[in-house]
Amino acid sequence: MLEVFIFATLNGLVTGLLLFMLASGLTLIFSMMGVLNFAHASFYMLGAYFAYSISSYLGFWTGLLVAPVVAGFCGALVERYGLRHVHKHGHVAELVFTFGLAFLIEEIVQFLWGRDTKNYQQPELLDFPLFTLFGQEFSAYRGFMIFISVAIFIGLYYTLTRSRIGIIIQAAITHPHTVANLGHNVPLIFMGVFGVGSALAGVAGVIAGPVLTTFPGMAIVLGSIVFVIVVIGGLGSLAGAFVASLLIGLLQSYAIASDVGMPDLLDLIGVSFERSHPLNDLWTLTLPQIAPILPFLLLVLVLIFRPTGLLGKREE
Amino acid sequence: MNTSPRNLLASISIAAATALTPLTSQAQEPVRIAFMDPLSGSFASIGTSGLRQIEYAAEYFFNSRGGILGGRPIEIVPLDNKQSPTETQLQFQRAVSEGIRIIFQGNSSAVANTLSSTISRHNRRNPGQEVLQINYSAVDPALTEEECSFWHFRFDAHAIMKLEVLTDYIAMNEDIKSVYIIGQDYSFGQVVADTSIAMLQEKRPDIEIVGNEFHPIGQVKDFTPYVTKIVASGADAVITGNFGADMVSLARSIIDSGLRIPIYTFYAAYDGITATLGEDAKGLVYLVHNETSNPIPTEERKEFIRGFKAANPDKDVTQPRIYNALRMVVEAIEESGSTDPYDIALALEDRRHTTLSGEEIWMRGDDHQIFQSLHISVHTDEGVEFDADNSGWGLFSEFHVPAEETIRETSCRMRRPRR
Repeated sequence: MLEVFIFATLNGLVTGLLLFMLASGLTLIFSMMGVLNFAHASFYMLGAYFAYSISSYLGFWTGLLVAPVVAGFCGALVERYGLRHVHKHGHVAELVFTFGLAFLIEEIVQFLWGRDTKNYQQPELLDFPLFTLFGQEFSAYRGFMIFISVAIFIGLYYTLTRSRIGIIIQAAITHPHTVANLGHNVPLIFMGVFGVGSALAGVAGVIAGPVLTTFPGMAIVLGSIVFVIVVIGGLGSLAGAFVASLLIGLLQSYAIASDVGMPDLLDLIGVSFERSHPLNDLWTLTLPQIAPILPFLLLVLVLIFRPTGLLGKREE
Repeated sequence: MNTSPRNLLASISIAAATALTPLTSQAQEPVRIAFMDPLSGSFASIGTSGLRQIEYAAEYFFNSRGGILGGRPIEIVPLDNKQSPTETQLQFQRAVSEGIRIIFQGNSSAVANTLSSTISRHNRRNPGQEVLQINYSAVDPALTEEECSFWHFRFDAHAIMKLEVLTDYIAMNEDIKSVYIIGQDYSFGQVVADTSIAMLQEKRPDIEIVGNEFHPIGQVKDFTPYVTKIVASGADAVITGNFGADMVSLARSIIDSGLRIPIYTFYAAYDGITATLGEDAKGLVYLVHNETSNPIPTEERKEFIRGFKAANPDKDVTQPRIYNALRMVVEAIEESGSTDPYDIALALEDRRHTTLSGEEIWMRGDDHQIFQSLHISVHTDEGVEFDADNSGWGLFSEFHVPAEETIRETSCRMRRPRR
């Protein structure tokens, strides 16, 4: 039981931190521009595909360095030549724009790379078990994923709270006009933040591609969950996104690892049903079976009882 | 619906070539066949690969040889159902409004069940406008058992037939003392779980089922938490009915965890899966399927595969049953001299057909289920003349069960329309 618990915690951490890399960019973009970027997970997918292509010629490490930059550059272009024009027409237009963009990127990816799963592998350098516990291996690559995610979180936190750029960004979030009057180029800051947010999603794609497989559906699978995270964490709150990412990563991991379900609950209250009972599916439901939808359940609960999210500020 | 610029070029040139044909030969009304499968979304790679195969088969066997019924070409009409039952009903209405009477569909039993009941209802209400369902891949037994329909024909062995072979093979392996079953949470995944437990209990009562897990279809990002449980259970083997991204992620997670146990599957090959599994999965991933893989038994089939590869370099002939189905349907059309689904259905019943592999297959009239030999193949690079995904890796067939031994009783009580 202990081994399952330890590995469930590690798995939850890996997933949670990966989700945070996506959620951090999304929540930053939201707090600056007030727009939920539906195409955010698409940059995650672009990161993975760019890295796949680059790594097949120049190796994984070049891909790790270059792919996020390319993804971030794509993001910056989207902001400069797309979103900025749509911005004039209000938030609904922006929302619809990013919504359409998500489909567009998916189609482009399928057009350029095809619909098959891509053979994107982790580097040989990290292809060894980091440690073996109770006969189960924890791969070095997963350790590397944790390392990168934590490094990014720390870097992001310090940039936003300690550096000059971070102060300007924070000011631009709340008082864009004052910042512009002080001589800062606010549209450039917006473009930069959008680009960096996309690049962060790109990094997530680069390091997740080899483990979670690189295929055209990867954006959809992760996209919905990232929205759940930023809403649960509180829209625009970086710390909230961090807490919610870990919460959801661990929640899913523990739920899968658990072996409880309706049968146990029924045993507890001393009720039993025949297999032929019309609701048999319900009576045999187990927690692992519904694990992937638990985040959505949590979302509903949070929206009912704490609409601002865990660490979100109340909207004026 | 193309997958790469190269394919686009190829299809443009084909389109240009076909556009010219009416000028040279007498234009005849084509026989239109719908191919309804996911051509976008998470499962698009399987759907588009199937589409290429049926298009190539139509060209190779019929259109390039003067068409059918004395000169009518076959036209394959792709309909994208996104592997969703709701979308399937919309696309079905579209097929009907375009006057299409034959629908090929294969991916997902949930979709096949919806399509079958939609077609039955449609055919009852619109006599003279019936539609025929050619199921080339959906393996939920119900389709030829309690839910069987006169308008539905299955050209793949159903899940229980395949599991009979798979469990026979597992039972032969004395090293396997415990088995973990994991699958997608829908009709097919549940059939796989229930049936393998029952069959293993009978064939090898000493094998312990140490896990029986379901996960939502196409929703799992990371299978590592599941694999943690598999490792903890100490299983000697895994059985799964997963397909598409769920299959490749599961296999990769198992292999990445350092577990070296056989994985018995239905669909762990082709469409990028073989290339992704690569070296690490050598000799560990097994598949049960019809139509033997390497070595390919006949020169005719090799020729077909080479021709297909020349036309579609980035695809493989993953499902020979698609062309088997098409050829049998065309034989039925030719024999009855009609494109009316009722006539085709009657001619298909109890039809025997010799495949490109030189094997005689039989469409049972009682339940419209095909019978042919079944095989178990292993993922390897040895003895693989025709690889998958151009990766050098492919399938080698190790275990063969002749068609007679796969025949099972059916509970189907077919309601036959009267004319």
